[in-house]
Amino acid sequence: MKARIRKLTVFVEETRREMDRPVDPPTRKAAAVAVIRNPFAGRYVEDLSELIETAAILHPALGKPLREAVDKGAALVPSSKKRGGPGQVLDIPLGHKDAAYVRSHFDGMEVWLNDSPRADEIMVAVAVTDSGRPLPRIGGLTVSEVQGKDGLR
Amino acid sequence: MPEPKLRKLVTIVEDVFHEGGPVRDTPLKRGAVLAVIENPFAGRYEADIAGFMTDLEPLGLDMARRLIDALGGEAGAIEGYGKGAIVGQGGELEHGALWHVPGGYAMRGALGEAKAIVPSTKKVGGPGTRLDVPVTHINASYVRSHFDAMEVGVADAPRANELVLALVMTTGARIHARIGGLKAEDVKGEDGLR
Repeated sequence: MKARIRKLTVFVEETRREMDRPVDPPTRKAAAVAVIRNPFAGRYVEDLSELIETAAILHPALGKPLREAVDKGAALVPSSKKRGGPGQVLDIPLGHKDAAYVRSHFDGMEVWLNDSPRADEIMVAVAVTDSGRPLPRIGGLTVSEVQGKDGLR
Repeated sequence: MPEPKLRKLVTIVEDVFHEGGPVRDTPLKRGAVLAVIENPFAGRYEADIAGFMTDLEPLGLDMARRLIDALGGEAGAIEGYGKGAIVGQGGELEHGALWHVPGGYAMRGALGEAKAIVPSTKKVGGPGTRLDVPVTHINASYVRSHFDAMEVGVADAPRANELVLALVMTTGARIHARIGGLKAEDVKGEDGLR
């Protein structure tokens, strides 16, 4: 079974100023959200492998293609999930792709679709950034200090 | 008037493949570009504000071109449009109305001969406010298959002294349009209505 996508939405946010100061280069965050059918809606199903194989949504299946797309990706992909109705807001956690402790890159991105998920649907999302927060200045591990071996530092 | 101070640009593109009916190979695309700018009139009553409309024109045109790019890069593929504004709580509805003229100018500047009025909506609200931007056919407002809308918003905007300006475009009819009325292929395209 191929994952049947009803809708695919891409959000891109570019921040150019913050607190009346220029952010140069601008910070950018992007998220892609797919709305697919939940083949298990409405009943208890013991074996969930159909969805893991075909829809690539659960943690291991989604992390691999994401890492291939972003080149390396030594760090754990932070994640969140919830149940909700149409218009449900999801806050996707963000961290540095190679070193989870990079403090400037602790962030999050809000996504929502007013008509999703319906009762028999699942929304799956991935988010990436090309930058940390705008004007980061609370210290901690910096990007230039990353070793990138253990995914943490 | 000063050049608009741009804090943030947000682009949203939806590819709709189906809504319970036949699945399309080529999805309907709905897209929006939102600009978060400082409201130069926030916090006070200012009598003379109309000059800001001219200042918004270059930003509007940039937004419209970005939006066409996000929807595939071909102006000829755009069939529906709409616009809107959200005014932060330090401003008034009239500040949102400043977007009517430059928003329309931007659409026509980027799309060429678009005959129909650009439908619009606006409101005052806090950060995260959602706006349902109305959408109609670019050459004939009565094309029933293209009556649509797109919900937009930005989690951290508008702040009290900000405006969120929105442009929306679509590449076609609602995904399973089937309620009759004027069809896109029957448009005369003379008066912007039919």
